[in-house]
Amino acid sequence: MATPADALQDSDRREAGARPAGGVTLTLKIRRFNPEVSQDSWWDEFTVQADPLDRLVEVLHQVKWYQDGTLSFRRSCAHGICGSDAMLINGRNALACKLLVDDVGPKVTIEPIRGLPVLKDLIVDMDPFLEGYKNVLPFLINDSGEPERERLQSAEERARFDDTTKCILCAACTTSCPIFWGDEGYVGPAAIVNAHRFIFDSRDEGGRERLKILSEKTGVFRCRTTFNCTEACPRGIEVTKAIQEVKRSILFDRF
Amino acid sequence: MATTHTYDALVIGAGGAGMRAAIELSDQVRTAVISKLYPTRSHTGAAQGGVCAALGNTEEDHPEWHAFDTVKGGDYLVDQPAAMLMTEEAVGAVYELERWGLPFNRTPDGRIDQRRFGGHTAEHGERPVRRACYAADRTGHMILQTLYQQCVKRDVRFFNEFYCLDLLRDAEGAASGVVAYELATGELHVFRAKSIVFATGGYGRMFSVTSNAHALTGDGPAVVWRRGVPLEDMEMYQFHPTGLAKLGVLLSEAARGEGGIVLNRDGERFMERYAPTIKDLAPRDMVSRAIYQEIKEGRGGGPNGDWAFLDIRHLDPALIEEKLPDITEFARVYLKVEPTKEPVPIQPTAHYAMGGIPTDIDGRVVTGPEETPIPGLYAAGECACVSVHGANRLGTNSLLDIVVFGRRAGVDAARHAKETSLGDLPDRPTEQTLSMLNAVLERTEGDNGADIRKELQDRMFDLAFVVRTEESLSTMQEILGGLHERFDRVAIGDKGALYNTDLMETVELGYLLDCAEALVVSARARTESRGGHYRDDHPLRDDANWLRHTLAYRDDDGSIRLDFKPVKMGPYVPMERKY
Repeated sequence: MATPADALQDSDRREAGARPAGGVTLTLKIRRFNPEVSQDSWWDEFTVQADPLDRLVEVLHQVKWYQDGTLSFRRSCAHGICGSDAMLINGRNALACKLLVDDVGPKVTIEPIRGLPVLKDLIVDMDPFLEGYKNVLPFLINDSGEPERERLQSAEERARFDDTTKCILCAACTTSCPIFWGDEGYVGPAAIVNAHRFIFDSRDEGGRERLKILSEKTGVFRCRTTFNCTEACPRGIEVTKAIQEVKRSILFDRF
Repeated sequence: MATTHTYDALVIGAGGAGMRAAIELSDQVRTAVISKLYPTRSHTGAAQGGVCAALGNTEEDHPEWHAFDTVKGGDYLVDQPAAMLMTEEAVGAVYELERWGLPFNRTPDGRIDQRRFGGHTAEHGERPVRRACYAADRTGHMILQTLYQQCVKRDVRFFNEFYCLDLLRDAEGAASGVVAYELATGELHVFRAKSIVFATGGYGRMFSVTSNAHALTGDGPAVVWRRGVPLEDMEMYQFHPTGLAKLGVLLSEAARGEGGIVLNRDGERFMERYAPTIKDLAPRDMVSRAIYQEIKEGRGGGPNGDWAFLDIRHLDPALIEEKLPDITEFARVYLKVEPTKEPVPIQPTAHYAMGGIPTDIDGRVVTGPEETPIPGLYAAGECACVSVHGANRLGTNSLLDIVVFGRRAGVDAARHAKETSLGDLPDRPTEQTLSMLNAVLERTEGDNGADIRKELQDRMFDLAFVVRTEESLSTMQEILGGLHERFDRVAIGDKGALYNTDLMETVELGYLLDCAEALVVSARARTESRGGHYRDDHPLRDDANWLRHTLAYRDDDGSIRLDFKPVKMGPYVPMERKY
């Protein structure tokens, strides 16, 4: 291994080399909608000077702050944790704060996520999505009395559902799913991920109830394993695998 | 006409503190939560490293040791009875989260695992102790999700994407309601209630380099400040040493808790010189100042010589994957740096407000040196100042604060709501809010709010950050005067009613300017160095004159008046703060 000082100087050089002076010119094509203006959506194009390592959400801010104040989108944490800014970016669902200019440029097309009613520009109605989530009883169910200290759980039991605890409810998975687009009843991948998080938690006793809900016609068997959801997840959750595990539980498991 | 809603209790903000209060309240009285974000978007979710409680699961520990660390970590500006209460209730609060399903990492015998964290020690500073209960490096995310799950279970009533813009008080001064703006429609709503809990979070967005979300604009503190409530210890702001260079995105102290170290450009582990006993696990204010000192003496790295480096290359990759997955991903995504192979460029980042709306240990907002409660008004979490963090918060104590004092505020707010009747509203409750919004909407030409915000952030970073002086602060105060004037001329492009985030960002900028002014005026007055407040022209702590809390009031003529109140002492006598 190089000495720390060598490594630090390397990182200095690489950093300096990675940033061309003046940055890059990025062209954004954004699907707009504002029912106060028109009942139809339209496209707008904006040109922005940006640094290759700028986050796309900050480029959207540059447009909003200096070119068109009416451009509307949700955002908060700007580093992929709050789940506010899921968008359809160059045809794929992603968080605008987890893509850099370098990852998308020099031309980028941005649309609202699909399958939920668009309210204005990139803002969609999240309530139908959250209804799906609430339907799967997304809370720990355990009526066996409360221990004085913590409930015991082995590291292996804890690892069993680790992946699905990462969900930030951004809806990138659910709104990338062709079944969800076409079938209003389908609870969608995010709801199943959150059901999985409890079904496979050794402390939970509500699995049977959740599996019953998910075995109905709005549940897991709508899934056609297109893997869009897994590709879309900004948290790297193996969504399709989680859905398959829930399907298998319904078919074969202890419940 | 604004729609009027009537509840027993309101909670403003749906982060950890707000939802914890709401859980307590909604079991007992008719409760509504008003939040400008969907609850799971709140910045509690960005907290990473852990929540401390002296469970003693992996080694001996005691709440009393935790209390001592909290008081010493806060450089003795902590109200000691509050710290002792918090550290005692910590144990039950963590078990409660576990029983609600929070997926803590586990020890080999199945208990909640615990790890080291900055400033948390055994036997009053003897050695680092494993006290932080954690879920990988997404503990805040798991707390936020768990509390939201409990709210879903209880069917708590949320008004999402409603911005609270004004506090209404009756003739006696009691809180009687709030005015809120519905983002979806642009309509104003009046909410009447007997108890109102503010839990709106911090105001890190006044600085250009911050770990804080865009949403953290000091809404709660500014709203109540404009209605005569003082703000306490606003000069006490925490700069976290390990923000991703330039971006400020947080890299958890858990990285150092797991064995990571901080290097200067020569590859030297410089904390050995500044804190010989606990080294890289010194509290945040000390590490941030040490980084500043290294940079000042020419040992900073990066193109401008203003970076240090977080080094986790020597840690087992399996441990990194299991316990620090998110922060390694941040380095990969945002700086294109591979933390298992390269040191990660870092710089101090504006992180946490120790100061805020003054409360007692039941979350009741109190005013003046006599701490007179304002009936019906409560605050909890980062927007509040109990004060359990004093001049510098220890890592993990923020997550503890929100669950302990969120609950306590909820308990007392429910009691109050059951014992009282609704207070009167002013004749025209929305008048002030309407005139504020219409002034902005009707202006066709004027200043650009983004320019003002950028100047505020850049100048606060230059003049009121890790190191301050009378000169820097008086310059900043003058700049703020000019920015306030320009703010009164702001014009926006979006004149519509639906999802007018342009308008709301402007209102938020006004809140930031108010909080910045309170911070700078309070910092100017405090001619000593203590915790996160470091004055280069007064480098020593001055207990004879400054072992007291600052209270900043906005007077009717717009000027700021300062008052002070004593620190509540306890068993711990102030001593030199060495680690």
